[in-house]
Amino acid sequence: MSARENILARLRRSPAGAPAPLPDVGAWFAARRSDDREALIERFKTHIRAARAEVHDTDAAAWPELLLNLAAAKGLRTLLVGKGTRHGAALAARPQDAVSIIAYSQPAANWRDELFDDIDAAVTTARSAIADTGSLILCPDAQEPRLMSLVPPVHFVLLDARAIHADLHAAMTAENWAAGMPTNALVISGPSKTADIQQTLAYGAHGPREVIVLLCRDGVEL
Amino acid sequence: MSQPMHYQPTTGFAERARAAAGDPALRRGFRGAMDFLQAKRLAQFPDAGDLSALRDLGAAIRRHALENLPQLLEQLEAKLVANGVQVHWAETPAQANAIVLAIAHRIDAKRMVKGKSMVSEEVGLNHAMEAAGIEAMETDMGEYIVQLAGEGPSHIIMPAIHKTRQQIAELFAAKLPGVAYTENVDELIKIGREVLRRKFAAADIGLSGVNFAAADSGTLCLVENEGNGRMCTTVPRAHIAITGIEKVIARLDHVPLLNTLLPRSATGQAVETYQNFISGPRKADELDGPDEVHLILLDNGRSQAHADLQLRATLQCIRCGACMNHCPVYARIGGHAYGTTYPGPIGAIISPHLLGIGATAALATASTLCGACNEVCPVRIPITEILIRLRNEAQARPAAAGPLRGAGEARSALVSAIFRAWAAVYSHPALYRLVTWAMSRGRVLTPRAQGAWTGIRTPLIPAKKRLRDLLAQRRRQ
Repeated sequence: MSARENILARLRRSPAGAPAPLPDVGAWFAARRSDDREALIERFKTHIRAARAEVHDTDAAAWPELLLNLAAAKGLRTLLVGKGTRHGAALAARPQDAVSIIAYSQPAANWRDELFDDIDAAVTTARSAIADTGSLILCPDAQEPRLMSLVPPVHFVLLDARAIHADLHAAMTAENWAAGMPTNALVISGPSKTADIQQTLAYGAHGPREVIVLLCRDGVEL
Repeated sequence: MSQPMHYQPTTGFAERARAAAGDPALRRGFRGAMDFLQAKRLAQFPDAGDLSALRDLGAAIRRHALENLPQLLEQLEAKLVANGVQVHWAETPAQANAIVLAIAHRIDAKRMVKGKSMVSEEVGLNHAMEAAGIEAMETDMGEYIVQLAGEGPSHIIMPAIHKTRQQIAELFAAKLPGVAYTENVDELIKIGREVLRRKFAAADIGLSGVNFAAADSGTLCLVENEGNGRMCTTVPRAHIAITGIEKVIARLDHVPLLNTLLPRSATGQAVETYQNFISGPRKADELDGPDEVHLILLDNGRSQAHADLQLRATLQCIRCGACMNHCPVYARIGGHAYGTTYPGPIGAIISPHLLGIGATAALATASTLCGACNEVCPVRIPITEILIRLRNEAQARPAAAGPLRGAGEARSALVSAIFRAWAAVYSHPALYRLVTWAMSRGRVLTPRAQGAWTGIRTPLIPAKKRLRDLLAQRRRQ
């Protein structure tokens, strides 16, 4: 018999315990949820700022200039964008000399050292966000690969203010996660951090040191 | 670099506990850390009613999973396989290590980076990899520090909690070429970051644990703050996740509830920086992510706990560590004294299934039964009831010993004779009267040396007059 069969056989022989019905988790979240749009936006901003992310209010027309100004002010020289994205094209179309725009256009293995050592920042979209915990939901794909939100020291995130959910359960339900998950979905609540040395909080452990949210109040064309 | 495959026998527990309790620096470190974590947790749960309702829900999710464990594991496997994940089953640590080695050999892997995984500690994975010539690098900052020091973790969430900033500064300066001594925590983290970024970029395999595995969608959920877990599951060619068979839950949309309990109970954070939901390897058009994803489901004694209706609750654990953060014994001796992968109250109740009741008998007695662990457990495991049960199992008569591995092995003729006598005295009133009369009248004969008790306390000597005598005296007056 295989290990699988042995383990399952042992578990099937276990006696049945007291009834253990599935709890109504949705009701617990629903009872604590308010759907006031402005309140959700404010809660999101408060919570993600508490985790040391920056949030800037902007709109679909103004964000490219804001982002490039922020990048210049932080002394960033290289900015990674997803290949073939509209926001990447919007950035590349603007005249600028301080920051060079680089597209993620080949498999990570082909340019790993450059990706790890030479990219100062990346810009990605967020699929949605969570007010209660101040979190961004990202679903990396072929256009915006997983490492964009992880390897560069600064991560700019474009977020449509209309896509802020109250909590993760609300996001999963509204977006019907159980029906089809991407290979990797991420819920990101601020910059990378650690308190492993004497409980002292330090930012920029292995992921980005800075997370900068550009909150587009009139939606953003993706 | 890593700890040995088999942990120190728990026979040395008393000696290690005594040494730890007599180490002022270690005592100060743990006391400070435990106070800090207790206060942070409490601040996250301002409403006792909400906390109670949340714990009920957390316990219900986990109990449902355990009552339906074989079906959920099969469902999880089917979903993961459909998503392109390869699922392996291991009954023993040796089988789990052999599975990892077989994958490593097939893809000709030389270097492995590891996210935090207590199950990998449980199976002694680092040791097995090194024996096969594969570098196994811990990448969680705390795990990296203890690996560099040649130690094991002393806490399941904060592995280097026993080390001071100064000790880490000395360690880095001594072990890392070109690194100068600095006590600045930001600088120390930056040093670790730079060393480990090279390791991520060069690794062939990323190994991780699993916090929850959702059966309905075939999703592995991992939580962390540093980003090293994401590096391990994204950069190398192959990602291998290893977990105990009890980590499955029925529904993906129950993860948010458990993830409100886990970080708040563990470290007093409202949320972890990264919740990483992995449902498959990279697709053909994706530019990063592992080419292959594996899940190893480990039994290693868990099915023994599952077979017992009382001990099954042990498997509800979501590994937050709140029980150790609130344990008066753990706070005084730290994690290493236990000698097991999992220390503290949860270690005392899970280790007997992994290592046998006889080998771990001392751990069940290392508790005051104060019940702090029960009160803070986010999934309501009745830890002290289980500890009492394990104490009894350790002393079980050979003929009456149940199916638990090692039951009765710690039986001592003297201890069982004392408790038999005790039970007889307390269940026969006439005998009770006689014995208490004899003890109070013969109190001068009481030995002044009473073993471990008088090592640090004054001896126990019966009163001149029993309560019964005093009451009789009062009635006569």
